[in-house]
Amino acid sequence: MSSDFHVFRVGVSFVIMCILYKSAEDPLPELSPQKYFSTLQPGKASLAYFCHADSPSTSVVLEQLNEAVRPLQDYGISVAKVHCVKEETSRYCGKEEDLMKAYLFRGNILLREFPTDTLFDVNAIVAHVLFTLLFNEVKYISTLEDLQNIENTVKGKANMIFSYVRAIGTPEHRAIMEAAFVYGTAYQFVLTTEIALLESIGSEDIERAHLYFFHCNLISDLTQQCRRTLMRQPLTTLNIHAFVKTMKAPLLTEVAEDPQQVSTVHLQLGLPLVFIVSQKATYEADRRTAEWVAWRLLGKAGVLLLLRLTSWMTVTLQISNIKHLFPFRKRDSLEVNIPQHTNVVFRRAEKEVPLEFLVLTDIDSIISYVEDNVEMEENKDSDVEDPDLDIQDDEVAETVYRDRKRQLPLEVTMELTEETFHATVMASDSIVLFYAGWQAVSMAFLQSYIDVAVKLKGTSTMLLTRINCADWSGVCTKQNVTEFPAVKMYKKGENPVSYAGMLGTEDLLKFIQLNRISCPVSITSIQEVEEYLNGELYEDLVTYSSVSVLGLFSPAMTTAKEDFTEAGNYLKGCVLTGIYSEEDVWILANKHAATLPALLLAKHKDGKIESIPLAGTPAQDIVQIITNALQETFPEITVENLPTYFKPQKPLLILFSDGSINPQHREAILTLVAQKHLDSFTPCWLNLKNTPVGRGILQQFYLLRNGNLLFLLTTF
Amino acid sequence: MGLSAALWGPLGLLLSLALPPAVGAHTHRDYCVLGAGPAGLQVAAFLHHAGRDYEVFERTPAPGSFFMRYPRHRKLISINKRYTGKNNAEFNLRHDWNSLLSHDPRLVFRHYSRAYFPDAGDMVRYLRDFADRLGLHVRYNTNIVHVTLKKDWQAWNSHYFILTNQKGQVYQCSVLLVATGLSVPNLVDFPGSEYAEGYESVSVDPEDFVGQNVLILGRGNSAFETAENILGVTNFIHMLSRSRVRLSWATHYVGDLRAINNGLLDTYQLKSLDGLLESDLRDLAIVKDAKGKFHITLGFFLEETNASRSADAIPLPQDDNDNFAMRVAYDRVIRCLGWKFDFSIFNQSLRLSSGSEFSKKYPLIRASYESKGTRGLFILGTASHSVDYRKSAGGFIHGFRYTVRAVHRLLEHRHHGIPWPCTEHPTTQLTNSIIRRVNEASGLYQMFGVLADVILLKENATAFEYLEEFPMQMLAQLETLTGRTAKHGLFIINMEYGKNFSGPDKDVFFHDRSVGHTEDAWQSNFLHPVIYYYRHLPTEQEVRFRPAHWPLPRPTAIHHIVEDFLTDWTAPVGHILPLRRFLENCLDTDLRSFYAESCFLFTLTRQKLPPFCQQGYLRKQGLVYTKSLQQHGVESGLLRDYATMGQVLEDSSRQPGDQEPVNQPLGTGHLIHLDSNKEEL
Repeated sequence: MSSDFHVFRVGVSFVIMCILYKSAEDPLPELSPQKYFSTLQPGKASLAYFCHADSPSTSVVLEQLNEAVRPLQDYGISVAKVHCVKEETSRYCGKEEDLMKAYLFRGNILLREFPTDTLFDVNAIVAHVLFTLLFNEVKYISTLEDLQNIENTVKGKANMIFSYVRAIGTPEHRAIMEAAFVYGTAYQFVLTTEIALLESIGSEDIERAHLYFFHCNLISDLTQQCRRTLMRQPLTTLNIHAFVKTMKAPLLTEVAEDPQQVSTVHLQLGLPLVFIVSQKATYEADRRTAEWVAWRLLGKAGVLLLLRLTSWMTVTLQISNIKHLFPFRKRDSLEVNIPQHTNVVFRRAEKEVPLEFLVLTDIDSIISYVEDNVEMEENKDSDVEDPDLDIQDDEVAETVYRDRKRQLPLEVTMELTEETFHATVMASDSIVLFYAGWQAVSMAFLQSYIDVAVKLKGTSTMLLTRINCADWSGVCTKQNVTEFPAVKMYKKGENPVSYAGMLGTEDLLKFIQLNRISCPVSITSIQEVEEYLNGELYEDLVTYSSVSVLGLFSPAMTTAKEDFTEAGNYLKGCVLTGIYSEEDVWILANKHAATLPALLLAKHKDGKIESIPLAGTPAQDIVQIITNALQETFPEITVENLPTYFKPQKPLLILFSDGSINPQHREAILTLVAQKHLDSFTPCWLNLKNTPVGRGILQQFYLLRNGNLLFLLTTF
Repeated sequence: MGLSAALWGPLGLLLSLALPPAVGAHTHRDYCVLGAGPAGLQVAAFLHHAGRDYEVFERTPAPGSFFMRYPRHRKLISINKRYTGKNNAEFNLRHDWNSLLSHDPRLVFRHYSRAYFPDAGDMVRYLRDFADRLGLHVRYNTNIVHVTLKKDWQAWNSHYFILTNQKGQVYQCSVLLVATGLSVPNLVDFPGSEYAEGYESVSVDPEDFVGQNVLILGRGNSAFETAENILGVTNFIHMLSRSRVRLSWATHYVGDLRAINNGLLDTYQLKSLDGLLESDLRDLAIVKDAKGKFHITLGFFLEETNASRSADAIPLPQDDNDNFAMRVAYDRVIRCLGWKFDFSIFNQSLRLSSGSEFSKKYPLIRASYESKGTRGLFILGTASHSVDYRKSAGGFIHGFRYTVRAVHRLLEHRHHGIPWPCTEHPTTQLTNSIIRRVNEASGLYQMFGVLADVILLKENATAFEYLEEFPMQMLAQLETLTGRTAKHGLFIINMEYGKNFSGPDKDVFFHDRSVGHTEDAWQSNFLHPVIYYYRHLPTEQEVRFRPAHWPLPRPTAIHHIVEDFLTDWTAPVGHILPLRRFLENCLDTDLRSFYAESCFLFTLTRQKLPPFCQQGYLRKQGLVYTKSLQQHGVESGLLRDYATMGQVLEDSSRQPGDQEPVNQPLGTGHLIHLDSNKEEL
């Protein structure tokens, strides 16, 4: 651990040096020989450059030496410039200017002398000095035989770091020496400058510096070769440090926790993690596979063996197990778990990136997946532009744009302008679509609107019109339309009504059809009431309103009638409402066992008529009663009606059915409802044939399979 | 109005009783407007519409007296573009530089002239109609000769403005709106300046200039207009000014020389005897010789010699430099040096002073058009141009009609508690609101860099308020000026030319002058929308010490909508998509729109829904696709055909010999794609 710290410190101080270099240059101390030798401390290394007092004060060597002061100080090496004064001759003072040399001392013992041309730059100075000091730790070799000898000596004892640099004193050489300064006692460092040696161990790209990690530690049999890992990154101090750290990390870790929570050294170094998903039954094989993968990905990614526990998978239940469903723990069941078929989980080093669940069939595909992704990450930095900057990801905008060349039969609706708007909506009952030609949602809805117009062609008294607010913004503003699209209905003598339903053909058609009669419609005879309730009176409208609502009042109940009329007005366009208030209303009251004022709800689907007393109920409560009555206890959920049944904090219990629901299942649920077992849920079922997007839901939870299944969705 | 007169009558009487007798009886008005020119009538129209107590004082018997005389050659250089190919009235105002703002569609200038550059007489007719049709309260033949202040702590601004007319009648006003324009011709004092005829009185009959050598002083539109008129009959015209000519198509400032007047530049550059010269007029002197011809010499020559000496004896530059450019004698010298504001009627107590060196001809005002010296005194119209001199259109009808509206909105809030008008929308409408305005708004377009739209976000950015055309230099004071709160961040929508594009010496036709790609949008040169995002309302300090040439302080984020050749910023991918991404990044939300089916899926599979689904689908207003749209969606990969997806899965799982249903591994790659699409919003 302490050695790690060292390298870290080197890295940091290197940065600091760069910063300080500009502001406060560390002056190179200038001493006389006598003074210099008196400062030398036992055991401490010191580099001294001897020069004549009258020599020029600046030279390349001095400049570079000046720069090397800080980095060398970090390794506890002092640097000095020593003046050779004439009277005080030292043997280190050369005779001539070009014979001046630098000398490395430990204490007052001379270790090495450096001709000035070897100290060509700061990298060379640091590399040479450290190379000298680490003579024992870093073995310099020139033949394959040397390498094999050293390899044999460390087998079973230590690991080895072998590197090739093109020349001594290069930046790569310095980086290796700096790494050796830190790791020199932990690993055997071996250095060569011989290309032949590099070639003989099988390297191809011999142009650049190389560093291999020899895994010799665990080898017991001397005849066995040490496994080697090549470092791919450029040789810099920090890269070597990171590389050695990944080599030090355990090859394979076993975990049983959420992959998102696992933390290893790889993530800190910006490397991804690969989880090999294992089950008890296949543990041994999985572990072998994982080890293989780990060796292949060493230095590129961390590899972990993820033990899958049985409790991770509990969301699906076949319908036959329905009685075991309750009590059901709401939250636990929905935590993001590992999908069933996944055998590899890939986690990127970046935070906030979701896990990737993969199904990969062989080791090579795992390796290539990781390598592709790692490479992609590297490339990302060089790519300045966001690659998908101009790729449309708005489905409405994109679909409308792709459809732009199709000619719509726009002529089926009347186009209004500022001049014609008022005259038109005053002259006839009209529906106006306010839209903006440039707005995608408007234009998507315009298609449905045209469809409605086509369907109604020649059958409706309602005039379908449209006005483009991009042209006639003044009209739209005056009609209080500030958002597009908007639909308003203008009827003679009435305030315009804004349409608030789904922006689609079905709902708009329903709105227009139900508005053909003015709700609540006045019914005048008992005979008519019967026809109204059994759906014969407005046969063509019954398809749009699953319930016919009738208010029963005695003629004197004026307030109650007003409230009901208000409610009926409010529900205009979504349900049929009628009112009966003749003297003989008691006949109906008796027949349906209702106390006046009352509400009769005729559900056309099952032919049942329900009565609800209305005494003193204000209009908005009547609206609530009617909307509640429109809801079913075990509805088929669809895209259109989900918002009606969706309530925050109340989970939906959905029975997914591939086709119509099995009556037995339906009965089972209804029984549970009746027994109040499902009060905390909204039970419903989904027909995958009618609502294919249900498959998308199942797929999101990795639950797609044949047959029925019951599924609990927590609403948030 | 009768009612307010009845109310104010007795009150005025009471006040006059309480006052020292010297003041005498006077009429009180909440708002007094000086001048019934375009700006005066414009503010009157707003005050009238709001039902305020106001009166306009006009010296002459009819509105727009300036246009009765000027421009001398009667051709307005404000374009009257009658056809744009668009029906949008607001958009069309972008290219109608003469109309004032009103609710009456008949009061649009294209009904008054068919000419692209209309006659000034039509403007007079238009202004008269404007005042009459709207029934504006204008007191004609009333020359306000003196304005002073009277302290009164009860007054709106702790003082009243006391106006005295030519007959000694006195008016007391709570707020004074000065729209008197620039009425005093600029004069330059130099020896012989008296020989120059003024633009205001020079003959406009070309016959009077036949065969003459003419020298015109000045290089503005009036100088070139004068030259244009006589170009064909003179021997030559020399034009002399202190600094180089500024062409409006290079500076993008409509006050500089417009191409319609620049015939002289053509003949100068083609060496057809006419010419342009630069020299400081104050160094010159004009000497009249015995034949009545004018010679140009230098002022200091005159100082050296005795002024009483005859013209022939005065040294001329050509005596030393025999090739001196202006060595020829002139038959006429015409002064066309523009106008300045008439400060003379304002008492010292109003502390109305002229601006800096650059805008000396204008009174000094704040960016809110209120005088720096006196609260309640606003300068409107041409005289208010110091705010955006040489930058925007505030000195011209098509600019100040909007700044006047801004002032009126400020006053409505300050004195009547009516906050700045705004519309409130859910966040889903954010992109739409901006796109709509940048495509049609005329105030933003004309008063670029001065008036900007402001979007004030509500808490958690679920909704926003949209304020139009706020004077952007007053941004720090937005809350007090508008009565709206800006606690949760704001967007500013401004229109801008490229930073280094405009200038008198700039080549505006260089290759690559315009960009087309989204990623180059920030380099757009032509007028284009720029959106600034601030997490907090900038402080006054930040506005004042903003970076040089920036209209606003450094924002948290900025977005340029790429310039458009057609100024139509509705392209789905080129304009709307990048804007939406910018807004999404600022607010950390998803502003895409979705079909109901997608919302259905999200509702059942996600913790958070995109706002579009929350505010549309979950409120039972989901958007349903048609067959063909769905097909396009599937082709683009943005939608999935779940029906066929099921089919494929079922088919493959029912392979012959496969008795047990096989759990088919899914196309995981695709799933991941779906998941990673802004899962957490």
